[in-house]
Amino acid sequence: MNRVGARQAVSSRTRPVLSGLMPSLPVWFHRWGSPPHVYRLADRLRPWLGWIAALLIAGGAFAGLVLAPPDYLQGDSFRIIYVHVPSAYLGMMAYVLMAAAAAVGFVWRIKLGHAVAVSAAPIGASFTFLALVTGGIWGKPTWGTYWEWGDARLMFELILLFLFLGYLALRAAFDDQDKADRVSAILAVVGVINVPIIHYSVEWWSTLHQGPTISKLDSPSITMDMLAPLLVMIVGFTLCFAWLVLNRLQGQIVERERDARWLRQLVTERTR
Amino acid sequence: MTPRRRRMLLIGSVLLGVVVSAGLALRAFEQNLLYFFSPSEVAAGEVPSERAFRLGGMVLDGSVEREAGSLTVSFVVTDYAHQIPVTYTGVLPDLFQEGQGVVARGRLDPSGHFAAEEVLAKHDENYMPPEVAEAVARGREAQGQ
Repeated sequence: MNRVGARQAVSSRTRPVLSGLMPSLPVWFHRWGSPPHVYRLADRLRPWLGWIAALLIAGGAFAGLVLAPPDYLQGDSFRIIYVHVPSAYLGMMAYVLMAAAAAVGFVWRIKLGHAVAVSAAPIGASFTFLALVTGGIWGKPTWGTYWEWGDARLMFELILLFLFLGYLALRAAFDDQDKADRVSAILAVVGVINVPIIHYSVEWWSTLHQGPTISKLDSPSITMDMLAPLLVMIVGFTLCFAWLVLNRLQGQIVERERDARWLRQLVTERTR
Repeated sequence: MTPRRRRMLLIGSVLLGVVVSAGLALRAFEQNLLYFFSPSEVAAGEVPSERAFRLGGMVLDGSVEREAGSLTVSFVVTDYAHQIPVTYTGVLPDLFQEGQGVVARGRLDPSGHFAAEEVLAKHDENYMPPEVAEAVARGREAQGQ
């Protein structure tokens, strides 16, 4: 069989199966796994994400720090919520994204999955660190302590930081990138159990940390003038996170595809 | 297809194993992860008598008494079912108030009196401006009368 014949034989074997229900799925899947496509998409999205995030964070910070009323009990110290809650939420979201991307990379051998996981890890670690620090700063004037060993919410949040750092350290221990991808993906998936534990820790155990305020969708226990800036900050932080991840993802793609022809073409186009 | 299925199975079984073992571990550690005991649990004798532990609850309205000329304070911690009298010498956190949550670390003496070495304030998940808080308080009063 010649080459053309072989190709036809392959396509006639795969097409009827896939074209029945979802004709575009293989194309879609292929595109999302394709580094040049994702690299160019990131190029287009990045400025939008960055600028909208900056606007939302600036507006949300002004609204939260200046326009929102002080709390009846905590006064102005409650305002750190506008940094603390988005950071804590993004730390957990970053972990879920990292674990899901690493699992996709592991199961379907898509390098881009691992590239996304590696991109999200240090940013998730930073947000988790920020959540721990702002939580301590908030805790001192309200609870009377920066940190309480033995509080379940605080402990599991610290474990989240260690999981991010462990993922990165484990990767660094391998010289071979493929091996680092595969082994670290398993750690990422194992650690994902921590995310629901963090979320429910304040309900399952008696903790110094108070219960959830805004994730009770039916009746958030915060007034609208205090909640609106918080929601703006959450959206702004999320877009900022996406912007940071795309920046790092592009770097990851360049590093992983450094011998690819499309990249060499792109570089000559841009340096000309 | 087969290697991919195998990898999918591997990831799935790893995740399942972690969920099951975490669930079992958390069930086993349930008591140890309790940050504080409530007055009802103290009254039921579930608390170690020799060891320091944390007592959590609300500061009973009208129960705070300051000893003149010292930092010693006495108050009653309640969960609206049982009450424990507490004494503490030291600086209280700003949020310490009657009717608010508190977590005290210390020891229970045989007479049922709790001597606290540290007092932390616990606030709830409600945030509102002072005017709203006043309106809520007025509403509660009006309902009570």
